Amino acid sequence: MKKKKSKQHSELKELGNNILQQINKGKNPNIVVPIRALSNVIYNEKTKTLELGKKTAERYFFNVAHAKKFLQTVEIASILKKELLDTDKHEHLRGVFYIAKRTIPGTDVNLVDDQVESDKIIEDLEVITGLSREELHVSANKMGSMVGKVTLKDSGDTIDCSRLGKGGYSIPSITDELTFKKVNAKYVLYMEKAAIFERLNEDKFWLKNNCILVTSQGQTTRGIRRLLQRLADEEKLPIYVLCDADIYGAYIYSVVKYGSIALAHAAERLTIPSVRYIGITMDDVVKYDLKKQIIKLDDKDLARIKQVSQYDWFKNNKDWQRQFKLMKELNGKVEIQALATKGISFISEKYLPEKIKNKEFLD
Amino acid sequence: MVTVAEELAKKQREISISEFFLKNRHLLGFDNPTRALMMVVKEAVDNSLDACTEMKVLPEIKIELKQINENRFIVIVEDNGPGIVKQQIPNIFGKLLYGSKFHTLKMNRGQQGLGISAAVLYSQLTTGKSTKIYSIVGPKKAAHYFELQIDTKKNEPNVLKDQEVDWEKDHGTKIEIEIEGRYLKGRQSVDGYVKETAIVNPHATFIYIDPEKQKLVYERVTEELPIETKEIKPHPYGIELGHLIKMLQDTRANTLAGFLQSEFSRIGQQTAKEICDKAGLKAEEKPKKLDHKQIEILFKSLQETKIMAPPGDCLSPIKAELLEKGLRKEINADFYITATRSPAVYRGMPFQVEVGIAYGGEIDKESQIRLMRFANRVPLLYQQGACAITEAVTETNWKPYGLQQSGNNMPTGPAIILVHIASVWVPFTNEAKEAIAHYDEIIKEIKLALQECGRKLSIYIHRHIRAAEQREKISLFEKYIPELVAALSSLTNNKKDSIQERLQRILKKELPSLEAENDLKKEDESAQDLKAQRENKKIKNEKKEKQTTL
Repeated sequence: MKKKKSKQHSELKELGNNILQQINKGKNPNIVVPIRALSNVIYNEKTKTLELGKKTAERYFFNVAHAKKFLQTVEIASILKKELLDTDKHEHLRGVFYIAKRTIPGTDVNLVDDQVESDKIIEDLEVITGLSREELHVSANKMGSMVGKVTLKDSGDTIDCSRLGKGGYSIPSITDELTFKKVNAKYVLYMEKAAIFERLNEDKFWLKNNCILVTSQGQTTRGIRRLLQRLADEEKLPIYVLCDADIYGAYIYSVVKYGSIALAHAAERLTIPSVRYIGITMDDVVKYDLKKQIIKLDDKDLARIKQVSQYDWFKNNKDWQRQFKLMKELNGKVEIQALATKGISFISEKYLPEKIKNKEFLD
Repeated sequence: MVTVAEELAKKQREISISEFFLKNRHLLGFDNPTRALMMVVKEAVDNSLDACTEMKVLPEIKIELKQINENRFIVIVEDNGPGIVKQQIPNIFGKLLYGSKFHTLKMNRGQQGLGISAAVLYSQLTTGKSTKIYSIVGPKKAAHYFELQIDTKKNEPNVLKDQEVDWEKDHGTKIEIEIEGRYLKGRQSVDGYVKETAIVNPHATFIYIDPEKQKLVYERVTEELPIETKEIKPHPYGIELGHLIKMLQDTRANTLAGFLQSEFSRIGQQTAKEICDKAGLKAEEKPKKLDHKQIEILFKSLQETKIMAPPGDCLSPIKAELLEKGLRKEINADFYITATRSPAVYRGMPFQVEVGIAYGGEIDKESQIRLMRFANRVPLLYQQGACAITEAVTETNWKPYGLQQSGNNMPTGPAIILVHIASVWVPFTNEAKEAIAHYDEIIKEIKLALQECGRKLSIYIHRHIRAAEQREKISLFEKYIPELVAALSSLTNNKKDSIQERLQRILKKELPSLEAENDLKKEDESAQDLKAQRENKKIKNEKKEKQTTL
């Protein structure tokens, strides 16, 4: 533990020393920041992950347009080091914003005006130092639950996720420091929709099928992605993703599998190339007779289909291209909840067991 | 049996012009005590300035307001003009619509010969007092003193006193009028009138003593007299049928061709022949012999024949350079721009538009711009909403020129816009002479002049604001340095002093390039940022959308 901390210390210190050296040489100090945008995101066919390219931008202190961001970068780096790493405490993104938020003396300029600004600087610091936000002791909103036959250790407490009732284990924002004590499951089922999680939990799906259920209640946070990755890597469990049959479901799946554009720099720690998509698919619409439950596509959906289908990581994936084609042909999308028309527990009693038995997955 | 018509006939009688204005004094601008006070001053000063112009003397005009009680004042206006010959004094001051200017087309302040006698009438009406006039026409001549009133039934002067007096002056006129009025400070009052008059008459000195006995001197800033204007004959395009009939009756010319050439401007032998041909009339026809039908045809052919625009030398613009001087002396601003357009024509009447803009300095930043309107160097202080100048200003899009504006409203910002129209005949909407009628040609010319000034204003504003912003940002570095030093020193455990000193040195070195920094930088971080922001926003929005479908 001590050793790891010193690595984080030295990375931040190096950033400072680098600037200091330039100042000592009488140069206008600058920080080189890799660009985090689609134009600088590369899909690596081999590792099947999104990676940050080599494009960088230079942030100068003596530049009217850069000065404030330069100052933000150095000051937040110093906050992370002094307030969090030195004291071995964790702080939320919002908390870091408040530590940094103050008016610069003699001006009416705030160092940061909005949390978006400090969040962006923290992401910058990740790419500059090569350290993850979690390693820098900064956490985000925790959103998500887990149930199933898994016992883990969280901050010294032993938690049995099969005995936590309806709510399940509340997944923390930083999951790096959890340790798995005992895992007795055949696979992990991840769904974005909390409503589906509650349905399956009530049906004791995990008990009957010997699996782990994970939900995120919104977009897949880094903590959950990291947790899923660790379950896949350390416990060698297959991970299945359950989403709506629409383009947004496809994108959520791709984020879990390949990584996201905004966090391409952290792909290594977050992506799970082995993950599979369980449903629902456009084929299910035919197979389970869900045509009446189809929701018509609007212009936005169509535009997004066009865009996502062109992403490098989908471009050569025949299965998915077929899904996109079907979406357009049927001019519709279908939600998971549509399965309820076949019976409330149709999903847990028939749909999912069948899928898993027949290994009907999309890659 | 007496018929109703006969009954009515007993009551029907001629209304004298004096009686008419007695009952309709608002038409002349005497509708409330505040405005009446200003109008009396204005009429007297207009006359003085016109008289000085005729004499080609640099005007020095003294205006005094003596307060007798809360709502009674004596207005005293004294000039160094040519004075008035004894015989004319009663008529000029004691008879409405008596004047030398009405029948001429020449650029003057007064037009109808109504103003000063209306002031005398107003005085008589509200106080019952006589108006006192002093006049001297030359250093060796005797000065005359009159006290008079107006016989409103006959529209004739009623002279109460007429005597020779001693007056230590070479030439000039002085008038004392006692009226009911109210004195207010501010723009729409005597104070504002004098100040604005001083701006557009940079060749005149005004000495103004207000009711509180404070003496204000508005010194002239140029010895250059306004260009002397020529009287012009009417242009055929600006004439009306009735006027043509009267001209044909009054002319001394014996032939129609001769009449056309001598009574109109821009008609030569060739054009006269063309007009006659077009009307099917003989060039030798006697003007007085034309019947009504023939006159109508003549009128039509006058309008249809191509005739040169009237000459512009009948106009005396202030001139851009002097207008700027006038603005500079009375308004404290950072930037001044003025423009004088070439003469143009409405309804056969030559006119010329001048615009001046003062920007910044002590002018209020938050409120609407102040619009100063002038016609033949006379400030127009009332009826702004009804004026063509106002329409031209509000219809101009000021945003590109750096002023704020919502819709077709008066723009907002630290600016004063001055518009002056010079014409041989200014088309006022009424006899109070406060608003200019909405002729398309006039509005168009004003807009063009406003745009001309606006473009220069925008260059100034953008350069100025940009420079100010740049300076401000650079000054921020000074404030940022200690912050960076503190952060760096805690990050690296280094001593503050040495970093601070070095950064100061680098700032000094970088300063020239920082000041020269412009927007057209190669793709630097700010541009990259913008790109990334857009992309990230897109993704975030999609995620949000997704969440709402849960």
